[in-house]
Amino acid sequence: MGVHLNTGTDAGGGRAATDLTRRPRRGSRLGRREAIAGYLFITPAMVGLVGLIAFPVLFAFYVSLTNYNFIHMHFVGLANYSKLLHDPLFWKSLGVTWYYVLVSIPLNLTVGLVLAMMLNRKIRGIGLFRTVYYLPSLVGGVAVSLLFLWLFNPNFGLINYLLSLLHIHGPQWLYSQRWVIPAIILMSLWGVGGSMLINLAALQGVPTELEEAARIDGASRVRIIWHVTLPMISPVILFNLILGIIGSFQIFTQAYVMTSGGPNNASLFYVLYLYENAFEFFKMGYASAMAWIMLVMLLILTLLVFRSSGAWVFYQSEIRGKEEAG
Amino acid sequence: MMRGGPSSRHVGTRAGDALATVVLSVGAVALLMPLVWMVSTALKGTAFVMLFPPQWIPHPFTLSPFLNAWKTMRFLRSLRNTVFLTVSNVVGVELTASMAAFAFARLRFPGRDLLFLILLSTMMLPATVLLIPTFILFKDIHWVNTYLPLIVPSFLGGGAFNIFLMRQFFTGVNSEIFDAARVDGCGYWSMYARIMLPSAKPAMLIVFVFTFIGSWNDFMGPLIYLNNTKLYPLTLQLQVFVGRHVVAWNDLMAGTLMVAIVPIIIFFFAQKNFTQGVVFTGIR
Repeated sequence: MGVHLNTGTDAGGGRAATDLTRRPRRGSRLGRREAIAGYLFITPAMVGLVGLIAFPVLFAFYVSLTNYNFIHMHFVGLANYSKLLHDPLFWKSLGVTWYYVLVSIPLNLTVGLVLAMMLNRKIRGIGLFRTVYYLPSLVGGVAVSLLFLWLFNPNFGLINYLLSLLHIHGPQWLYSQRWVIPAIILMSLWGVGGSMLINLAALQGVPTELEEAARIDGASRVRIIWHVTLPMISPVILFNLILGIIGSFQIFTQAYVMTSGGPNNASLFYVLYLYENAFEFFKMGYASAMAWIMLVMLLILTLLVFRSSGAWVFYQSEIRGKEEAG
Repeated sequence: MMRGGPSSRHVGTRAGDALATVVLSVGAVALLMPLVWMVSTALKGTAFVMLFPPQWIPHPFTLSPFLNAWKTMRFLRSLRNTVFLTVSNVVGVELTASMAAFAFARLRFPGRDLLFLILLSTMMLPATVLLIPTFILFKDIHWVNTYLPLIVPSFLGGGAFNIFLMRQFFTGVNSEIFDAARVDGCGYWSMYARIMLPSAKPAMLIVFVFTFIGSWNDFMGPLIYLNNTKLYPLTLQLQVFVGRHVVAWNDLMAGTLMVAIVPIIIFFFAQKNFTQGVVFTGIR
């Protein structure tokens, strides 16, 4: 009886359905008390959801249709958007950011995955290795930026010193239009421990029997990784990919602290330009239009990634479904 | 070697293990080198910072960069500010995220799953979109130049990620104790406070570590909302420091070290009890 009361709930799944049988009916006094308690418990989070997320997103769109400098607000329609399309710095910041995203994401994903696989082996000192690889991701953006500002110093920095040991004359790094983005990408790799950790947790969830069975069947190590391990953790790779795209697109602190967008706007990331428009030039409407363009762009990108994921992400529940069907 | 033949968990060969050890060792040295370099620079006198080739072990060794950084950053004051912000955020997130998670995991009310789904989808919203409207909102209610914009959001759910993480954990807590409490007529608040929270310590710890580190390292929030230097947390002070003393690398590295070391210490304390501890200790 009670099971039928489980209307509209699918997230809870079977487990919830069974223990709900012992629960009071929704229409009853107890059920109503439970519902009221439920709403009270989520009240702070819902106030946050509406007041700090839903309303601001919509308000940002409204602001993007105006010129607002904290004193006057004029409605200008889509003028900010059309101005953006003719703003060379907007296109520059978009290009710089895409360059960073397109190189750093595949690099970080691959390195994070390979590291996680190596750190999933039973070798001596593995706990120490895992800690060392995770350690840099505990250091915050400002501290990392200042540290790398020093490391990348063309004359006295550690990196060019090490290169000189190999008889390589190191570039000007953050002071070079050509090398500033590669430098920031290299720096992002220092924090690869975060995604490594998520991958590692996923790898530990892969049942050993599957890999063992494949090995007994004579599959090579490469084939096991390609046909067993990677498909098993592909949902986590998807998770890392999507959050990685959204996160890297919003890179700000590094450029703000190290380069202020220079040299010659070569590291003018999208969010840095947005920040300058909003909080240095007080062009709130213009900056909001940038924010909305970013939102739509990332939304489309996320949808595309999800769409493509049908082809490469594998959910364990799919097997079960097929077995039951077959 | 720890591996024990066929009973070993992971697919891999002895040669593979040896290769992995070599690669991991090289990588570990490369990752640690910047940190060693930071410490080394912070212990040098100004005359010895710009030597080529550089000194790895400072000689003579000095602590004066730390004293300079201490003074320039107004260390005690900024530390107090950072600690205040961090503690407030941790309290807010732990309290309100766990409340929401409890309701989403264990209570039934109309619209529950839809609301949870909407909440989850906000994880994919780029935070930058909220920057300007939230600023305008807080400016209009005169909260700029106070800590309120940096603290109050933590008391309003503390973010979808934390709620999701705790909900997953709460859903897995043994439901028998819970049902027994229900039969005994235990109120919902005591179910949450007396049964759920104590049994969810691992999830609370993960949320603690992430929130602590995130708040300690936060830069953009204070940058936007605080103009009064008396209110500056460590991250902002560190950045101000650069503008004024761009050449004093030893002082700057000493300051950076003093700010960066705390999350590392917190992590080492928490690590023992981290659920992800399995990941670090290599047990399993």
